Amino acid sequence: MSQVSLTVNGKAVSVDVEDRTLLSSVLRENLGLTGTHIGCDTSQCGACTVHLDGRVVKSCTVLAVQAAGSDVMTIEGLAPSHDPSGATLHPVQQAFSECHALQCGFCTPGMIMAVTGLLKDTPDPDEQQIIHGLEGNLCRCTGYVNIVKAVKQAASALRA
Amino acid sequence: MYEFTYIKPGSLPEASDLLTRHEGAKPLSGGMTLIPTLKQRLSQPSHLVDLTGLAALKGIALVEGRLEIGAATRHVEVATSTVVRESLPALAALAAGIGDPQVRNRGTMGGSVANNDPAADYPSAVLGLAATVHTDRRSIAADDFFQGMFATALEPGELITRISFPLPERAAYAKFPHPASGYAMTGVFIAVTGGVVRVAVTGAGPGVFRWTDAEAALQASFSPAAIAGLEVDATDLNADIHAPAAYRANLVRVMALRALETLQTSSKGQ
Ligand SMILES: Cc1cc2nc3c(=O)[nH]c(=O)nc-3n(C[C@H](O)[C@H](O)[C@H](O)COP(=O)(O)OP(=O)(O)OC[C@H]3O[C@@H](n4cnc5c(N)ncnc54)[C@H](O)[C@@H]3O)c2cc1C
Ligand code: FES
Ligand code: FES
Repeated sequence: MSQVSLTVNGKAVSVDVEDRTLLSSVLRENLGLTGTHIGCDTSQCGACTVHLDGRVVKSCTVLAVQAAGSDVMTIEGLAPSHDPSGATLHPVQQAFSECHALQCGFCTPGMIMAVTGLLKDTPDPDEQQIIHGLEGNLCRCTGYVNIVKAVKQAASALRA
Repeated sequence: MYEFTYIKPGSLPEASDLLTRHEGAKPLSGGMTLIPTLKQRLSQPSHLVDLTGLAALKGIALVEGRLEIGAATRHVEVATSTVVRESLPALAALAAGIGDPQVRNRGTMGGSVANNDPAADYPSAVLGLAATVHTDRRSIAADDFFQGMFATALEPGELITRISFPLPERAAYAKFPHPASGYAMTGVFIAVTGGVVRVAVTGAGPGVFRWTDAEAALQASFSPAAIAGLEVDATDLNADIHAPAAYRANLVRVMALRALETLQTSSKGQ
């Protein structure tokens, strides 16, 4: 067992976990942040994507103990990171909603976290950069067309 | 996952000591291969020794005309490093094509080279550039390091600390990625270093290997025409659900030609 302290969505938290516990389990089970989805648990689908110290990672493939001392942002923290009042969606969430970039919505939290990561590195991506940047995220519903559209819309909203 | 004890040592001697003292201990770097393996219960280490806090395994630097990269350097750092992009752009481009952004943000060069997955990208650069693998015990030439599927010259508990690349006159990598994982169905790294041509192939065989026929042909005449007619023997190549051996044999030549094409459009490769 280890005590792991980290910052999640701006709040300091501390959990007692077995060394083999995954970051995704801590987020969902210890902290109740079930917006982080588990699609495959085999590092393929990206549904569990969160930001770890500002970089996108698959939280099902990070041990909680590896994240000790780090700053984690989940989908629940995204809108407040943009508008502390929590009254409005983050521009990436807004664009997904307006462009109908989801159907069942299962991949969406991971997809949105991956897109916000992509737009930090590449604020004005072309179609190829969007496709390459979302290679770690699978969607079984949309065929990706509206996701790509949403990324372009979010990119111009964020640059405005 | 079976239970294990996680330790994050602060110094290389401490890490080496832990790995020699505990027979069941394993190093943990980016975890992008090891954690999935543990989840499948294919491995049962007693201890995981996290290498990512070790200063001795970090950093990218040009030292006496060679590019030295610490084992715990993440793929994203190699892909975006100005030093790598200027001195060895083919290596930066290779790193930018590994897996996906989430994998590149965690996975490390040392982990990939130690693991020696037959479809991994880095081994082709290490072998193609005749790099030197430095460990906490010795230095190993690339030609001696890779020993077939998931096998290397590393002894139990031995740690890669850094990899030292000579700077080539020109180098390029081309891969045909597996459409789902991004791993190389076949990848070919071509380098000319000190006038000597080397051609390393990953993904096609049970481990990274040199395509010596192409090396000889390109040494005589460095042009696509020199290898366009070469046949690759498919006998020992990989055959699986994704592609039969003959398909991979053909890909070796096609990827070599694509790497050469890159070299013709830019003097140092891209
Ligand atoms: C979805 C996905 C897609 C991927 N696509 C690709 C791809 O396209 N191309 C590609 O090349 N790879 C790919 N990978 C693998 C990825 O590059 C891994 O990062 C890499 O193989 C292992 O590096 P790591 O740092 O994560 O090592 P770990 O998983 O931490 O360790 C791997 C092994 O090496 C040992 N080890 C680690 N560091 C050292 C060291 N310094 N000295 C000695 N032994 C050590 C560990 O004990 C373990 O046995 C992919 C992985 C995933 C999950
Ligand atoms: S649940 Fe983590 S990658 Fe699929
Ligand atoms: S919307 Fe259903 S998986 Fe993407």
